[in-house]
Amino acid sequence: MNELAQWRRRQLTDALARTLATIATLFGLFWLVWILWTTLSKGLPALKWALFTQMTPPPGMDGGLLNAFLGSIIMSGLAILMGTPIGIAAGTYLSEYARHTKLGGTIRFVNDILLSAPSIIIGLFVYEVMVRPMGHFSALAGAIALSFIVLPVVVRTTDEMLQLVPSTMREAALALGVPQWKVVRQVLYRAALAGIITGVLLALARISGETAPLLFTALNNQYLTTKLTEPMANVPVVIFQYAMSPYEFWHALAWAGAFVVTMFVLVLGLVSRGVLLRTSEYR
Amino acid sequence: MSQSQGLEIDALFHPDGMEGRDHRNDHVFRVAVLACALFVLIALLGAALSMLWGAREAFATFGWPFIWSTDWDAVQKKFGALVPIYGTLVTATIAMIIAVPVSFGIALFLTEIAPAWMRRPVSAAIELLAGIPSIIYGMWGLFVFVPFMSSHVDPWLDEHIGPLPFIGKLFKGAPIGLGMLSAGIVLGIMVIPFISAVTREVFTTVPVQLKESAYAVGNTTWEVVWDVVLPYTRSAVVGGIFLGLGRALGETMAVTFVLGNAHLLSPSLLEPGNSIAATIANEFTEADSPIYLSSLIALGFLLFIVTFIVLAVARLMLSRLARREGAVT
Repeated sequence: MNELAQWRRRQLTDALARTLATIATLFGLFWLVWILWTTLSKGLPALKWALFTQMTPPPGMDGGLLNAFLGSIIMSGLAILMGTPIGIAAGTYLSEYARHTKLGGTIRFVNDILLSAPSIIIGLFVYEVMVRPMGHFSALAGAIALSFIVLPVVVRTTDEMLQLVPSTMREAALALGVPQWKVVRQVLYRAALAGIITGVLLALARISGETAPLLFTALNNQYLTTKLTEPMANVPVVIFQYAMSPYEFWHALAWAGAFVVTMFVLVLGLVSRGVLLRTSEYR
Repeated sequence: MSQSQGLEIDALFHPDGMEGRDHRNDHVFRVAVLACALFVLIALLGAALSMLWGAREAFATFGWPFIWSTDWDAVQKKFGALVPIYGTLVTATIAMIIAVPVSFGIALFLTEIAPAWMRRPVSAAIELLAGIPSIIYGMWGLFVFVPFMSSHVDPWLDEHIGPLPFIGKLFKGAPIGLGMLSAGIVLGIMVIPFISAVTREVFTTVPVQLKESAYAVGNTTWEVVWDVVLPYTRSAVVGGIFLGLGRALGETMAVTFVLGNAHLLSPSLLEPGNSIAATIANEFTEADSPIYLSSLIALGFLLFIVTFIVLAVARLMLSRLARREGAVT
């Protein structure tokens, strides 16, 4: 009888744990749906063609986000151009020359910390080394700040993806007398291309919504500019300033910007997932 | 023997010919990629040193009391870090209280309970939460969640839990929605995907034989997870929790929107407050004196030190399991 009671209690605990775990999952999904629904229902009505053809307006006037979109594209593009080659090279070093060395371990450790370090710290860092010596905010400083966020993402994925390439491929190429730098460039990069591209896409997704580092580097600009030495408008900072403002119309613009950024990030996430999935099937 | 093969073999014996050039190129390539790898080290070091340099004025003026002083007066030019530190710690604690059990539940659901077809889409959906930019969390928090808290949750807390002894102090205050509790909840939602992803991943590294033997002697799912899976993965789960904590401590935009930006030290979670990151984000472009700016950078330096320690612990705990995994296989 006692045993039966104990069995019942164990079953009850188990059922309770299962129920709670299911509720926890629903809890997580609940917020996702709520947040996406908000962005959709507030962003979609604010989406107009003028968004992409007009500048950010002063209070009380009509306008769009053209300068902000353009600024974001320029700075994100530059950040990718600067961060990707350095990141791929560093990842190559870790995977091909320092797989089990102490230096490699240290760099991996530091890279992982850089990967999850608060982005506001990157902003302050670039402010200290670029904005303060130059005396003013600039788009270049913004791009450099973003490239420090791109860097660790690309390092990590390149390292991991190159390590996945079977060592028989390296040995086969080396046995043919191909020098190592050619092995890396012509064999390993080709084999790991999809994975490395995934890393770059993930990095792009991460920086397209980054606000804190740009706040201290690129700041904002009410006008359209392509000069890299001047402050430049960008979507996240405009969203921040407009959302914090008391004007209804600015709020609507902020929601429209938020909608576009969110969709862009989510689509990028799906695309990079797709790229990775295709290669794993191929393997 | 074809001509090209002859050339290759020739090259082997002629150090100044092709082999010499390849050798040099190999060397150049190796040095180049090493330099890029060292750049990663320099980046972190540079971040720390440049912030320390920027903060030197504040540290020199206020000394150690900067850390526990509650002053924050731009007119008198007196600054202290206690209020932002307090806000950062309180919001991060609330976030962890919410995120840790929920993430554990999600990992449990995805590894042991959900049918196989459901696991992939559900975990992808949870990971989407991590992809949403933090400024979107901030806007949603300010325009949707804060009004919800102020009209539904805060008044109830104030009325029912506020009068209780001890814990009542935490839930007293005007129901404005902005404040520590709202910020902590939003932070909690933001770190759930990070902790649950790590936890789920390490749960799947538990050897199947270990779990199956436990099931075979009649254990329930809960007993297998609590007595077999969790002890096996303990250090990595702690690592994942610290990873989430690092995020929660340094998160900027979402907190800036929801916390209320009030320089106020209050025991009540319903009152607005300030965090390190939110203070910097809000006041950086308004800092009108060098000492003000330097104090903000000093705050950033403190945040850097704290998150560095937390993230370092996280990585060490995570690599522990990876090492044991390596030893087993």
